[in-house]
Amino acid sequence: MFVARSIAADHKDLIHDVSYDFHGRRMATCSSDQSVKVWDKSENGEWHCTASWKTHSGSVWRVTWAHPEFGQVLASCSFDRTAAVWEEIVGESNDKQRGLSHWIKRTTLVDSRTSVTDVKFAPKHMGLMLTTCSADGVVRIYEAPDVMNLSQWSLQHEISCKLSCSCISWNPSSSRAHPPMFAVGSDDSNVTYGGKVQIYEYNENTRKYGKAETLMTVTDAVHDIAFAPNLGRSFHVLAIATKDVRIFKLVPMRKESTSTGPTKFEVQIVAQFDNHNSQVWRVSWNITSTLLASSGDDGCVRLWKANYMDNWKCTGILKGDGSPLTGSSGQPSAMSTVLGSSVQSSQNALNGMSAGSCLLTSVLDSH
Amino acid sequence: MGFAWGPGDILVYETLYKASGASGSGCSFIHEIRKDEDIYSPILRKLFNESHHIFVGLQTIREELPSKSKKPQFVSISKNYRSVIRACMEELHFGSFFKFLFYSLVSILLAIELIWNLCEVLFIDAAPAGSLLLHLLDWVRLHKADVDERAREVLQSESPAEHHDYWDVPGGTQTLTEFDVKWRHWHEEVDRCMQDNSFASNRHLEVICKILLGDEDTLLDHKELLGTWYHFLVTRLLFCHPTVKPTELHYYAQSCMTMFLDSRSVSEPLDNILLAAFEFDIHQVIKECSIALNNWWFVAHLTDLLDHCKLLQSHNLHFGSNLREFLLLEYASGLFTHHSLWQLAVDYFDHCPEFGRVYLELQIERVPLETERKALKVLRICEQRQMSEQVRSICKIMAMRALRNNRLGSALSWSIRAKDAAFATLISERFLQDYCAKGTFSDLDLIDNLGPAMLLSDRLTFLGKYREFHKLYGEKRFREAAKLLLSLMTAKIAPQSFWMTLLTDALPLLEQKEVIFTADQTYELMFCLEELTSSLNITASSTDRPMQEEDVEVTKVELLRLALARNLAQAIVKEGTVET
Repeated sequence: MFVARSIAADHKDLIHDVSYDFHGRRMATCSSDQSVKVWDKSENGEWHCTASWKTHSGSVWRVTWAHPEFGQVLASCSFDRTAAVWEEIVGESNDKQRGLSHWIKRTTLVDSRTSVTDVKFAPKHMGLMLTTCSADGVVRIYEAPDVMNLSQWSLQHEISCKLSCSCISWNPSSSRAHPPMFAVGSDDSNVTYGGKVQIYEYNENTRKYGKAETLMTVTDAVHDIAFAPNLGRSFHVLAIATKDVRIFKLVPMRKESTSTGPTKFEVQIVAQFDNHNSQVWRVSWNITSTLLASSGDDGCVRLWKANYMDNWKCTGILKGDGSPLTGSSGQPSAMSTVLGSSVQSSQNALNGMSAGSCLLTSVLDSH
Repeated sequence: MGFAWGPGDILVYETLYKASGASGSGCSFIHEIRKDEDIYSPILRKLFNESHHIFVGLQTIREELPSKSKKPQFVSISKNYRSVIRACMEELHFGSFFKFLFYSLVSILLAIELIWNLCEVLFIDAAPAGSLLLHLLDWVRLHKADVDERAREVLQSESPAEHHDYWDVPGGTQTLTEFDVKWRHWHEEVDRCMQDNSFASNRHLEVICKILLGDEDTLLDHKELLGTWYHFLVTRLLFCHPTVKPTELHYYAQSCMTMFLDSRSVSEPLDNILLAAFEFDIHQVIKECSIALNNWWFVAHLTDLLDHCKLLQSHNLHFGSNLREFLLLEYASGLFTHHSLWQLAVDYFDHCPEFGRVYLELQIERVPLETERKALKVLRICEQRQMSEQVRSICKIMAMRALRNNRLGSALSWSIRAKDAAFATLISERFLQDYCAKGTFSDLDLIDNLGPAMLLSDRLTFLGKYREFHKLYGEKRFREAAKLLLSLMTAKIAPQSFWMTLLTDALPLLEQKEVIFTADQTYELMFCLEELTSSLNITASSTDRPMQEEDVEVTKVELLRLALARNLAQAIVKEGTVET
């Protein structure tokens, strides 16, 4: 069963992105009203807006937090062709009492000639690095060599993906076995050629990022992309939000000792779901990569879980206002008594009442 | 429509998200969704805490003993778990204000205890024929007593207990076969009495007789008193097949259930679970329980116990080496979202050999570090398990936070703990800058007690030593202070940017009536000064410093040169003088 709470966001226009900080106690929202708002969660679980300020001169598409090792740092990107880095400065005690904080702009990245569609920080073991991707198909990687001076960023890599880009995701693995890697999704709507997802990998020898793989089977516009947390596995798992939800497994193939090019991967499609029956806009993994969530134009969020045979099943559906999708009985999906006489509809299994039950049944079924 | 995952399994929705670019009116709401876990119930917290204690105890039972001799231990542990469940139920009876919550929680706990008890009887205790029925009687009676106090009174008059007490317990002083023979004789007696209508006069007595014979129809007539099909089952077994073998149970269970439930076509989840238990299909029991219940607590702990009893075949899973590990991982992950129960989860992860550690690493670094105390708690857990990367990361986060709030001492101690040399250097610089600006040090305690940590970074070492110099000076141990001061420059511990300050610090020592610096030391000081001024000269031409500042610098240098020269003279004289 799920419990929902509504927060009055107070943006004057559409919200395009919401992002939790690393510990889940702060949140940032950005909107077409060109502003970003930062929210703090209080002891009793209530969200309070502690900052709200104009960040760009166009719709703000995405907002993201840096790892707290670097302090309280946000990055935003916008239709106005720029990305910006913001740092929270400790305010006067008056402000603290009133629960307000101030954010100042540390830098503006103006290299892009078109709308910047996504901004993401690289995994922290790579240092303080920021990546942007733009509608003109260019991915840019910036680095702040001195983490105490956030106004100095240098453009380290500029990668042309040839297709208009809409999203990036870094592989979070910090294992020595995996060189830094990120995936780029394209929202180019021409379906005649595939390859709307490209994987780039860092090459130690050339000191550059080279294309390691293109997922040719993805032919429709990609809206979101997410690598799953690695858990010490040798292979990588990537979720894609396109006209449906897709999960790919990338298995690195053994490299010959003389090979200096990027890793070759065996690409397997692990799952494909069209339950949303519409465009899927976001995909996101939980911390242990055991659950994937997706949201779509059907106004629902779906939760997906896998069993040992890599069979993925839906374990929950939530509607736009947070209520679960119940059966026609319209009963509140309370924890009905196991003893009692109430009839449990089969829908309950889907409503997340028994999170992971589908997983378990299919595990046991397979033996 | 968009969303974001929070670390605590919390989803946040954006509403009215349309990337088609159409701009709508003001967007009003974000919804925060959270799984309504039982972990948020204060009463169940007791369940989680106490069962954690039992769980850890179970893990530490020595492996070398053969399973057979461990059986009593396992049974006792099973009983412990059940008593915790019952304790929670007791509390709910007396404590809860929320009727709805009370009802559903109590019934869930009742069901759990019922199932667990049956599993204990059938799987863990593995009662053989004979005592099996007695255990089942206890089981049913215990449950019935919970559910219907009033019915118990009525039942007692017709209770099987009376009859059961009447007979010697099988396995006590007689064997199973002896009992069986006796029982059959008695049964035939009663049957004969029925046949020749000896009780025809008394209607009630006739009914009792029929019950004693285990007549199904009569028993079914009293359905309301029995309440459940499993009560019916046990009653029937008592009167028809008291020496029932475990392997025969499922046959009777199935038929009893069918007979009892003929009015309803749907069997409840609980019925399926119990039936699976009677069929000794442990995996089915676990599977059905997982479907029916909201929380992983029950299946995780029960499966763990059954695994220790070596009753589970190992199923290799992608998520863990076996089913047990998978369930424990799920349960513990759920606990981690709670602000205090997460500490219990740590022990569960510790006992998951394959994925426990990596799960713990991922989850623990997300624990919010609201206070220093909490951070230290998290750190201790990581340090105990040699999770060095997590230790470093947490310390760095705390150091950064302290630095942002200008608490330099705290920042320094965190960066020392993180073994972060670069950060320690940075903070030491800030300390030194502060000193230059204000003339005093903050956080003296910390710097004074650095100890070997001082060696983490050169700048930190310098900071520590410089403070030591000040201490020596304050204690009027001038000679030692002087020696230290000089060594800071000659050993290149001090950054050249600081040399001017150091030389200026030397001035009062030079101006003392008594000669402190020896001639040799004075030469060295002079050398340092020259080195400094020559390097400054090189840069002075390129930098345009304000005239005033340059004047001050020049004056300082001249003052120093004078003082050094004077000191040198005095030192030479002193060293050259023969004491008469």
